Amino acid sequence: MTSGLWELVLTGTWTTIQLLVLSALLAAVVSFVVGVARTHRLWIVRFAAGFYTEVFRGTSALVMIFWVFFVLPPAFGWQLVPLWAGTLALGLTYGAYGSEIVRGALNSVDPAQREGGIALSFTPWQRMRLILLPQAVPEMIPPFSNLLVELLKGTALVSIMGMGDLAFSGNLVRLALQESAEIYTYVLLIYFVIAFLLTRLMRGLEQRLKAGVAR
Amino acid sequence: MNWDWEAVRDFMPQFWDGLLVTLQALVLGSLISFALGLVWTLLMRTPSRWVRWPVGVFTEFVRNTPLLVQLFFLFYVLPEWGLTFSALTTGVFAIGLHYSTYTMQVYRAGIEAVPAGQWEAATALSLPTVRTWQVVILPQAVRRVVPALGNYVISMLKDTPLLMAITVLDMLGQARLFSQEHFRFTEPLTVIGVAFILVSYLASVLLRTLERRLVR
Repeated sequence: MTSGLWELVLTGTWTTIQLLVLSALLAAVVSFVVGVARTHRLWIVRFAAGFYTEVFRGTSALVMIFWVFFVLPPAFGWQLVPLWAGTLALGLTYGAYGSEIVRGALNSVDPAQREGGIALSFTPWQRMRLILLPQAVPEMIPPFSNLLVELLKGTALVSIMGMGDLAFSGNLVRLALQESAEIYTYVLLIYFVIAFLLTRLMRGLEQRLKAGVAR
Repeated sequence: MNWDWEAVRDFMPQFWDGLLVTLQALVLGSLISFALGLVWTLLMRTPSRWVRWPVGVFTEFVRNTPLLVQLFFLFYVLPEWGLTFSALTTGVFAIGLHYSTYTMQVYRAGIEAVPAGQWEAATALSLPTVRTWQVVILPQAVRRVVPALGNYVISMLKDTPLLMAITVLDMLGQARLFSQEHFRFTEPLTVIGVAFILVSYLASVLLRTLERRLVR
């Protein structure tokens, strides 16, 4: 492989990382908003959040990406930059998975903690912020870590839409060299290294968060 | 937003073809992943570390890299090595392999959940190893893991559209073909989006029934 081709692979890696970070942020926001909404006391809020989760978990991420790229522009007159379209589709889909994690972790907090908050006349918002979340968040980290790796693998889907991420640059190099074993091995290795670093990072985060909760 | 029912009707014949291919890929992929996952689990339990280590590294690698790139790898590299399969066969194998690295963890959890007394009883009855696995451990382990395996079947369903990338005409492949021929994107893509929700909902209902019958 020539240095020009390596440069292509590096640009692709950078796009993948950008996409990963942006869609992870969106997914995190969506999971917390929807996950907390699923424990809301009004049934209509719970229902809306549950409906969102079912729809986005029920359909395929790739179909979602196609939808954002092809149906949104003519239907609503929005033409999104590929990076944002990819972020939107991935963030909304993986946010739906994440909301289940948030809901599960919130429900697993001992009910006495919530009752204690009510007895001390905390407002619902204070209860959430000061009592429930600090205990629930460390529990969420291991499943979120898995989800983050899933998201990383999901970012490869945007290459089908012609976005220049790592998988796409792999295809370009294959076309240039007419040889596929070498380049795809490199691409797979790069993905693996990113996934490995992510799991390490999340493990460190978990330890720091756990240290903050009194046992 | 203009919705054209005419286009939906024109798309239907292609949609059924696509649905058939999707379901085919799903069923075969599931079978491969169930079988291969069990093989990985059993290999990971062999006493020799020269078996465990390579299997562990390989499955970890497959689990942490995108299925899409694995599909490309198999689709373009295997012919270079002189192995030519149809696109669907390659795709089914790739999906089965990818998900076998998930099902192996499910089986492992199931095997570990079998009470130690069962192992001891098998030893006390001096059952040979093969029979211990066949009639004592696996029937109990598999029964426990059906719900978890079912969840992976649903994830697999949602990954079948990736096969489109290697020229398989599944639901998404058909929808894309139709949109390019007729220049209508909204209807076919929305139809298959709804179809995915329906099929995965049906699958989860089916699964719950199966669960009730198996897990008692």
